[in-house]
Amino acid sequence: MATTTTQTDIQQSIVKQQKSEQRKKRILNLVLLALLLLAPAVMYPVFLMKILCFALFAVAFNLLLGYTGLLSFGHAAFLAAGSYTTGYLLSNFSGLTTEMGIIVGTAVATVLGLGFGIVAIRRQGIYFAMITLALAQLVYFFFVQAPFTGGEDGMHGVPRGHLFGLVDLENNYAMYYFVLAVFLGGYLMVQRIVGSPFGQVLKAIKQNEPRAVSLGYNVDRYKLLAFVISAGLAGLAGSVKTVVFQLASLNDAHWHMSGEVILMTLLGGTGTLLGPVVGATFVVNLEYQLAQGPLGDWVDPILGAIFVLTVMAFRSGIVGEIQNFMRKNMS
Amino acid sequence: MTEILGVPVAVLSGQLMLGVINGSFYALLSLGLAVIFGLLKIINFAHGAMYMLGAMCTVLMFDAFGINYWVALFLAPVVVGCFGIVLEYFLLRRIAGQDHIYSLLLTFGIALILQGVLTNIYGVSGLRYSMPEVFRGGMNLGFMFLPYYRAWVIVAALVVCFGTWFLIEKTRLGSYLRAGTEDSQLMQGFGINVPLLISLTYGFGVMLAAFAGALAAPIYSVSPVMGSNILIVVFAVVVIGGMGSIAGAVITGLMMGVVEGFTKVFYPEGSAAVIFLVMVVVLLIRPSGLFGKEA
Repeated sequence: MATTTTQTDIQQSIVKQQKSEQRKKRILNLVLLALLLLAPAVMYPVFLMKILCFALFAVAFNLLLGYTGLLSFGHAAFLAAGSYTTGYLLSNFSGLTTEMGIIVGTAVATVLGLGFGIVAIRRQGIYFAMITLALAQLVYFFFVQAPFTGGEDGMHGVPRGHLFGLVDLENNYAMYYFVLAVFLGGYLMVQRIVGSPFGQVLKAIKQNEPRAVSLGYNVDRYKLLAFVISAGLAGLAGSVKTVVFQLASLNDAHWHMSGEVILMTLLGGTGTLLGPVVGATFVVNLEYQLAQGPLGDWVDPILGAIFVLTVMAFRSGIVGEIQNFMRKNMS
Repeated sequence: MTEILGVPVAVLSGQLMLGVINGSFYALLSLGLAVIFGLLKIINFAHGAMYMLGAMCTVLMFDAFGINYWVALFLAPVVVGCFGIVLEYFLLRRIAGQDHIYSLLLTFGIALILQGVLTNIYGVSGLRYSMPEVFRGGMNLGFMFLPYYRAWVIVAALVVCFGTWFLIEKTRLGSYLRAGTEDSQLMQGFGINVPLLISLTYGFGVMLAAFAGALAAPIYSVSPVMGSNILIVVFAVVVIGGMGSIAGAVITGLMMGVVEGFTKVFYPEGSAAVIFLVMVVVLLIRPSGLFGKEA
């Protein structure tokens, strides 16, 4: 009898601990949410929107790298697919409401993701990275030559339009809260996926693919679905970005962009929910600050140095290292 | 003038030769990647940057010290190879036990640094390098005009590729390398200095890239960004060929150069994309690559 009581005691204390941890997390999330809601009062909304777009991009990317263990070196293609599609639609069909342009842009990126996925998941590990990079380069060439993208110049003056035909998005504050809503939607979706049984299988694939196979999971199908979701969310980020900045350019499609999103995710912390958000905030800020100062031409080498530093010194990223630190010191 | 499929033979064979030349570079670069991959199990994302360094070295050594082409062709790879060994010793080695993704990202970071720093110093417009006197002009083969230098590129690339094959397949050092590829721990057990072997292998792979760069200096525009685009193409070549064999890497490289050349004749807009399309087709039909061993 004594043992059962101690067992229930332990169970209860574990439950209690989990609850208190959950409470802490909930409080942290609420504080962050409040900050995001109030931020445009003190900071330039367009800059904040840029951070949110890249944060969503990085969150989407992290679903693959952090939770499935797939390193895609071609995510710029999806960002650009969303970006160009939305830009083209909103520029050429004035009757279209903004959200329709964004939905179609996201859909195109999702379909492209399906195409990439089917080809790329045939190989594993570093081959996967090389294949996605090569496919993204193919997409890049397409955007350079396609008649509707404006080639090297890109698309300019994309109208922001009206959300649901009602809310005028030319107003930066209206735009900001719309972008925030989209970002939160994407973030919560990834959070939900990661916590779901599907997400558990993804993690299993990341940790030990052969074992996941031996347990009877159709690993390729899981990977493909994760890839498609990630591509779709990346496309969503691109679509929204186009509406915010009213332009779509080749920069979005370049391999450099694929590298940047990797850096954001890695620096913030792969496999943590908040990591990519922190990483994106850091990188966007850094680029902005550098562009202001005398080091404007040194963005690339500095990003490269951060890459090297992160890989060498703190592979868990900012959020990951903080979590490790807390775990060590709390228990 | 005779024509094939409505295209003059001279144009066709001219493009074919350009294709073989591009293919020679693809072959040299993918060979280096394959050698490094074999022992270190990493993909060297800095390979394009090393190719660029080789070319930049050749040009800068000439500008600064008047070092001529022949010396540079030897010296540039040695200098860049030593640089590669330093990178391996101080950086790559420290994360050897980690997931291979990290070494890939590390080399990517190194490439960004090299390319970025050199761009700031020399700009992206390209440096001038004059063709060595011996190679001026060319010969008329009757059906096409063959510039001497282009002929030399093909010969030199093939000789180096063959030399590499010989070194790895037929010498004692090569046998260590092959054994290390199979099981480096066991090799260590036999008393062979595996860390040194790894350093040398990385240095050698990088040397091949730098040699390609030095070879490219007189005919391609030499600039800090010359390595990044060719690297992506070479990745596609590697995926197509698989990294299983040296001969496979070389044959696939040449073949893809020719395919690209032909596309330039018949559908110029697609020439930049054709290798990637071939890659897609190969992956769908034969995922392990044309010469790959395992899936």
